[in-house]
Amino acid sequence: MTCKDFLALLDDLIDDEVSPNMRTELQTHLGRCGHCEVVLNTTRKTIEIYRSHEIYDLPTDLRERLHSAIMARCKKGC
Amino acid sequence: MPTIQSVAGQLEPHPDVALVARVRDGDVSAYDTLVRKYERQLFRIAQHITQNREDAEDVMQDAFLKAYEKLEQFQGNSKFYTWLVRIAVNESLMRLRKRRTGKMVSIDEDIETEEGSVPRDLADWAPDPEQNYGQAELAEILRKTIQGLPQGFRIVFVLRDVEGLSTEETAETLGLSVPAVKSRLLRARLQLRERLSRYFHKKKGLMETGIVK
Repeated sequence: MTCKDFLALLDDLIDDEVSPNMRTELQTHLGRCGHCEVVLNTTRKTIEIYRSHEIYDLPTDLRERLHSAIMARCKKGC
Repeated sequence: MPTIQSVAGQLEPHPDVALVARVRDGDVSAYDTLVRKYERQLFRIAQHITQNREDAEDVMQDAFLKAYEKLEQFQGNSKFYTWLVRIAVNESLMRLRKRRTGKMVSIDEDIETEEGSVPRDLADWAPDPEQNYGQAELAEILRKTIQGLPQGFRIVFVLRDVEGLSTEETAETLGLSVPAVKSRLLRARLQLRERLSRYFHKKKGLMETGIVK
């Protein structure tokens, strides 16, 4: 397996959508390719960071204001 | 007191199904529950696409109102949330079009770039690299980094990885094929990784001496 082959399956590996046989092949490649190991780990970390950090916060007062505006219009039949 | 019997092996219907049915029967309070449940997500998605807070506020309101008006058209063969997201994505793109005075805006924008499709930065990151930044500073880095992605990659990444839609749901929501979503997602992830690398590298030497936290 080349690094290019590995990269083509990177998403499937991250999303746990590879067959057991393919997983073994990917693991074997990882065992001897430090670069692909870094790419895999840092890509996983990238996703995790974006998933766990709220970068566009909706403050409670704004949320309540928008919520009330929506519901007021729905009650009037929009 | 009546209880809901679940038959072994049978999938429970999604709780939104009952709420949507109640709204259709004229129960506005059920819609209140649905709005509360999804307002944060819709606001976040609208912010990611429009990159403007006021636009995101308008999009969120318009999307919920439109969904309420068009609830009869909701088929029920997709999740209510996915349907709602589709409305919010379309409203966001329309808002961008207005801002750019009619210039075409689509989710195919700027995706021809080859940038980041091959990883170049192969140095490892510090363990828990986000710990080296304060909350506000980290949020700014993450915002700046994702805003630099081409629109068509950013939306796919946000729906799939941040909001947790499946590949199929993302494809359905954006009117893309599954292979197109997969290819955009890989490139979005790789570009973000590449751009974040400059902030999250191990700082060799300095780490050990304690000069850098």
